[in-house]
Amino acid sequence: MGNRKTETLVGLFVALGLLAIVFLALKAANLASFSFDSTYPILVRFDNVGGLKVHAPVKSAGVTVGRIAAIAFDNKSFQGLVTMQIDRNYSFPVDTSAKILTAGLLGDQYVGLDPGADDKNLQAGDTIKLSQSAVVLENLIGQLIYNKAADAPTKEGADKK
Amino acid sequence: MSTGEVLANVGARFLGTLQALGHATFFFADLVRHLPAGLRRFGLTVTQIHSIGNRSLVIIAASGGTVGLVLALQGYITLSRYGQAASLGLLVALAMVREMGPVITALLFAGRAGTSLTAEIGLMKAGEQLAAMEMMAVDPRIRVLAPRFVAGVISMPLLAAIFSAVGVVAAYIVGVVMIGIDPGQFWAQMQDGVDVIKDIGNGVVKSVVFGIASTFIALYIGYESEATPEGVAQATTRTVVVSSLTVLSLDFVLTALMFSTP
Repeated sequence: MGNRKTETLVGLFVALGLLAIVFLALKAANLASFSFDSTYPILVRFDNVGGLKVHAPVKSAGVTVGRIAAIAFDNKSFQGLVTMQIDRNYSFPVDTSAKILTAGLLGDQYVGLDPGADDKNLQAGDTIKLSQSAVVLENLIGQLIYNKAADAPTKEGADKK
Repeated sequence: MSTGEVLANVGARFLGTLQALGHATFFFADLVRHLPAGLRRFGLTVTQIHSIGNRSLVIIAASGGTVGLVLALQGYITLSRYGQAASLGLLVALAMVREMGPVITALLFAGRAGTSLTAEIGLMKAGEQLAAMEMMAVDPRIRVLAPRFVAGVISMPLLAAIFSAVGVVAAYIVGVVMIGIDPGQFWAQMQDGVDVIKDIGNGVVKSVVFGIASTFIALYIGYESEATPEGVAQATTRTVVVSSLTVLSLDFVLTALMFSTP
């Protein structure tokens, strides 16, 4: 009754569907990237984490070397405590510094690592000592206004003389 | 009609709907209880997957292609206004995988496979085949309903994935081949922005839920239809309406659950 033919067609249909899912996962999404390599945790404290989100990339020299695993508030030092998971293939010196940078001008924020020059490398669970916080737009505007206001009276004083 | 009669009518309608909902819930529980027994005759399920899934391939693939083409054209018009034409791939992929794939496939599925299921079960009931089966001590739920239910639940996510994949390829044809967007940017932005678990995974979960809902509704309405030709005809239209409304409401609930927290 064409039973084998039916079964073959159904098998083909299921294969096609699975192929579509795999195509979407590989070509349309980020499956082939970072997520499955083994990683080690590194901590860093920032005065202001800005708009940094969990799963944001950690980059060094522009190349993604890890992901942000967790962002917490350290109640003792009143700083933001960020836990990063760095790819095991990459090691950084103990005097590496971490900065919060923005991709493009108004894009998502990520952590950039600037390697130091020490011989010893960071181990799993170590804390990066040097950090630079995110740029907060309001503070920047406040600084700009303050500078403008500071410039104006000195100029008037020079004119009066 | 006096106000009292109108109110009584409204009350009766409401109670009737509640009773139907309760009856449907028992039916669903019964169906799930008979699933393992129904799966033992896997050949029946395979035949049903052929009639539900394979036969829907053409309409799903064609619709996926055209929806992808249209999304790409419309998306390009608006994105190029802000100089973001390179994000076209990302736009189409996210729209397809998160919403269009599961929802439109479910609506088409309800229209094509759902109505055929309802008509088949309704005609079986009208021709007293189900009663004859029961008299031969063959449980129609195991022999007829369970294989169709499993076939529907298996076919829906596969069809939705095919819909989304064909749509993305169609968007590539419009964006890169016809309009001239850079192919590297097209795929790179897409790969950067579409998450496997959050976007594709959630889309698959949605399509499974829609498959369960629309297949069950089709089977239930067919099983409970009046055993006359007019009854079967009414049942098929009711399947499409109820399935579509259920899928769209479930879509809102699932989207709120899955995508609202960043």
